[in-house]
Amino acid sequence: MVISEDETIIEVNDVNFYYGNFKALTDIKMNFKRNMVTALIGPSGCGKSTLLRLLNRMNDLIDGTRVEGKILFEGQDIYAPDIDPVEIRKNIGMVFQKPNPFPKTIYNNISYGPKLVWNLSKSDIDDMVEQSLRQAVLWDEVKDILNKSAMTLSGGQQQRLCIARALAMKPDVLLMDEPTSALDPISTAKIEELIEDLKKDYTIIIVTHNMQQAARISDETAFFYIGKLIEYNKTEKIFTKPDVRQTEDYITGRFG
Amino acid sequence: MIDRKEMNAIDKKQNKSLPWRYRRQKIFFGAVKLSALIIVLALGGLVFYVVSNGLGAISWEFITRPPTDAMTKGGIMPAILGTLYLTIGAVAVGLPLGIISAVFLTEYARQGKVIRLIKVGINCLAGVPSVVFGLFGLGFFVVFLEFGSSILAGSLTLGFLIMPTIIGAAEEALKAVPQTFREASLALGVSKWQTIFRIVLPNALPGILTGSILGIGRAAGETAPIMFTAAAFFTAKLPGSIFDEVMALPYHIYVLATAGTHIEETRPLQFGTVLVLIALVLGIDLIAIIIRGYVRKQKRW
Repeated sequence: MVISEDETIIEVNDVNFYYGNFKALTDIKMNFKRNMVTALIGPSGCGKSTLLRLLNRMNDLIDGTRVEGKILFEGQDIYAPDIDPVEIRKNIGMVFQKPNPFPKTIYNNISYGPKLVWNLSKSDIDDMVEQSLRQAVLWDEVKDILNKSAMTLSGGQQQRLCIARALAMKPDVLLMDEPTSALDPISTAKIEELIEDLKKDYTIIIVTHNMQQAARISDETAFFYIGKLIEYNKTEKIFTKPDVRQTEDYITGRFG
Repeated sequence: MIDRKEMNAIDKKQNKSLPWRYRRQKIFFGAVKLSALIIVLALGGLVFYVVSNGLGAISWEFITRPPTDAMTKGGIMPAILGTLYLTIGAVAVGLPLGIISAVFLTEYARQGKVIRLIKVGINCLAGVPSVVFGLFGLGFFVVFLEFGSSILAGSLTLGFLIMPTIIGAAEEALKAVPQTFREASLALGVSKWQTIFRIVLPNALPGILTGSILGIGRAAGETAPIMFTAAAFFTAKLPGSIFDEVMALPYHIYVLATAGTHIEETRPLQFGTVLVLIALVLGIDLIAIIIRGYVRKQKRW
């Protein structure tokens, strides 16, 4: 199968989102492209994390929220009434701001999801654990301590474990909500390298507060401000010659 | 700006000088220590009193033989067994129902007025006198469902009695499980039920068991609920099924101390029975504590 460069995988169509009476997102319209890294940037409270959590229906967990408009994943409306959010989350994985491994062994952290979803033999699971950890460039560090608690790993290792855990579910899209904001610079660099690698097989949408990070790793960048999408463009363009004045002001640090 | 001298002067005026503060601290610590001492003395005194009076009655015969000579001699084996059955039965009824209720209340129910009302109701239920539960058990299980005075009716009654305690403990334990664990599991595409069953409950289990220990103690020690629903005044026959009546330690103590024919002569027997009851409750608690320790070890922090 030949994948054209600009194929859309997630289409967000005139989406409004409310927490109770508070409107958090207004008329968001954007197309996320397959096998690209898209960065969502903007000041705190601008709605970028909210949008990210809309894409795999994590906002369902919060009482009193309401979505208007359509979000299509591979042409299918993920908020259609006959869609099971569990199925959506299998295809669209998520990595959180703070590393959140389960209080289980490293091995069981990875095997937890696949074991529940597929009927796999022990050796299949072993392979899958190794493959996922290799993908997350963690295998060499943990291959001898797979039965130790994931809580004994460092913060950066824990975050890569969380990425491996998400990859084990074989998702198409990986959502990352400020995945490096709790990590030191070296761990951050490792995760950024990892994102570069993963781009070949996955579509990555990342929320970040770190402008340099967005510039370094993303192909496209979307700038949000108070619940609105201000500008969505090639990263290079956004960081050199943005179309909108507000974007320039934010990127150059004049506000936000 | 006020300088240091002025501040000291103000302090003195307001009785906040350093020596006075130390004195106040001493008085407060003294009061705390005194309270702790009173509690320890009261508890220690109680245990010492029971042990010193009851130890003489304890023998192999006492715990392995049924009562003889109109309950003035012999042992209390049927009562030990009865209390053990009733307690295990009560836990078997109260623990699963309590945990399931707590899971519903904290994980599934939409938090609102109705749920808050239910929670208040459960808390009230925990404070209802046990004799009320006894009467309910008599009316519902013994008479209406025709279980008769039996282990089954007694276990159900005691199970309902300890359920509010267990629900309360389980709710707190479930709430203490970090939300990030739930999010991590759900984000993998694991269903809500599996998330609760595989991640939330195992992490809450030690806390649930801690709360349940309180329930176990109550189930073993209550007299009023089983008087109406399960306990026999005297039966040398050991129960053959859950529809049989049993003797039970708390009721046996009550009978010996108030309704027997030779109350004064059986005093040592009464204290012996009390001692056995305490030991039994501690024993069952110990099992729960061991299980809790094992579960905690499974958790790889």
